[in-house]
Amino acid sequence: MITTDICIIGAGPVGLFSVFEAGLLKMRCHLIDALPQIGGQLSEIYPQKPIYDIPGYPTINAQELVDNLMKQIEPFHPGFTLGERVEQLERLEDKSFIVTTNENTTIQCKAVVIAGGLGCFEPRKPAVERLEEFEGKGVAYMVRNPELFRDKEIVLAGGGDSALDWTIFLSDVAKKVTLVHRGETFRGAPDSAEKVAHLAESGKINLILKSNITKINGNGHLSEVTIAGADNNEYNIAADYFIPLFGLSPKLGPIANWGLNVEKSAIVVDTFDYSTNVEGIYAIGDINTYPGKLKLILCGFHEAALMCQSAFKFVYPDQKLSFKYTTVNGVNEF
Amino acid sequence: MALIKFKVENRDGSVAELEIPDDMSLSLMEALKASEYNILATCGGMALCATCHVQVKEGLDNLPEKNDAEWDMLDTLPDAHHDSRLACQIRINELIEGAYFKILGPEHE
Repeated sequence: MITTDICIIGAGPVGLFSVFEAGLLKMRCHLIDALPQIGGQLSEIYPQKPIYDIPGYPTINAQELVDNLMKQIEPFHPGFTLGERVEQLERLEDKSFIVTTNENTTIQCKAVVIAGGLGCFEPRKPAVERLEEFEGKGVAYMVRNPELFRDKEIVLAGGGDSALDWTIFLSDVAKKVTLVHRGETFRGAPDSAEKVAHLAESGKINLILKSNITKINGNGHLSEVTIAGADNNEYNIAADYFIPLFGLSPKLGPIANWGLNVEKSAIVVDTFDYSTNVEGIYAIGDINTYPGKLKLILCGFHEAALMCQSAFKFVYPDQKLSFKYTTVNGVNEF
Repeated sequence: MALIKFKVENRDGSVAELEIPDDMSLSLMEALKASEYNILATCGGMALCATCHVQVKEGLDNLPEKNDAEWDMLDTLPDAHHDSRLACQIRINELIEGAYFKILGPEHE
C-alpha cells in the first residue's frame, strides 16, 4: 500500500500545481490518473495548442505548461499511478482514507483532492432496450480480449474508426460478424472503410446500413438483437455478443457514488476552501462548481492554493499553519 | 452589431425565439447556456463531449461545413442524423438568422 498525505485524483495542470502548494506546507502527494501520461486534457487533447491566459506567459503551449509544472514540483517528489482509474474510497476509523484503483492499487491518505477535470471518459451507450441488463453477459463496450469472441456470432454497431477497425479484426476471429451502421457511408479512415466494404462484398461480414439496434434479448446471456431498418421494419438476428462502439463521453465515474453533492455532473464545493460536503475531500479545477465558477486553469491554481491551506489541518492536526512567501522562504525540497 | 434571431425548441417541445448579438464571439452552445437552456457542455466547446447536440430543423444549408473534430464526434453518436450539429461549433452570426434548432440529448440534473 502507498501511504501519503494527500491523494490527488487527476494529474492535469491543477492536480500538478496542488503538489507545489502542498509541498510548501510539507505535505506529500500521490497522483492518480486514468490516462497513461500526466497533463490531463493538455497532453491528451491539445498538447500543441497555445494557451494565452496563464499569468506571466503571453503565450505557452499546453505541453510546455505541463512540462514546466513537472519541473516546478520536482523538489517535492510526488508519486504517480497512471493508467488506472479510481474506483473506491474507504474511510478508516482514524479518519484517514483508502483509495483503490481498478488495478487494485491502494493509497492511504489523510485528505483526498479530486482534480478530475472533465471526468473519466466512458463508453457512450446507445438507447437500446435491456442494454445494461446484458452488460458482461454478451454486451461489451470494448474489445479487451479478442479470444473471447473466437467462433462466436458478433454484432457491432457504430460508424466511427473503432467500429470499422474492430469489424476488420474480428472478421478473422469470430464465426460471424455483423456491422450495423445508422448511416449510408463511413467517414472513417478510407482504407478501413474500403476494407469493410470489401469484406461485405465477399460475404465475410454482414454489413447492415441505414439501420439501428433497438432491442437485445436473451435468457441469462445475450442470444439475439433486434434491428430496425430505414423503413422501421424490425427483425432479429442471432448474436452471442453485441459491441456498441459510439465513442467516449466524459463522466464523473465512480466518484459519483461517494456521497458528494453533485450538480450537473460537477461537484459542489464551498469557496472558502474548495471542500466538498464530505470532510477531508476537496474538489478543484474543472470538476467543481460554485456560484461564479469559471473553468480556467488559473482559477484551478487559485483553488489549489486555498485547498492546501485547509487540508493542512488533516495532515498536521496538532500544528498551527503559518503562511510564508516563497520569496522569503524559498522552496525547500523534502 | 446586429441582433441575430433564431428559434430554439427545448426538449419538452416548447419553442422560443432568441435574439443574440453577433459581436460577442459567442457559439450557439454559449448562447443557449446563457439563455438558461439545460446544456452540460462538459468539454467547454472542444467538440469532445457532444452534450450540446442539436438538430437543425431549418436553415441547415446556410451553416458552414463541419470541421473534422465535429464530423468525428457526430460520426460516433448513436442518435445523430444528417441534420445533427454540435452547438459549440456554430458561431452566432448572420448565417444562422432565421434558423430553427432543436436541443437533443437527455436533461441533466
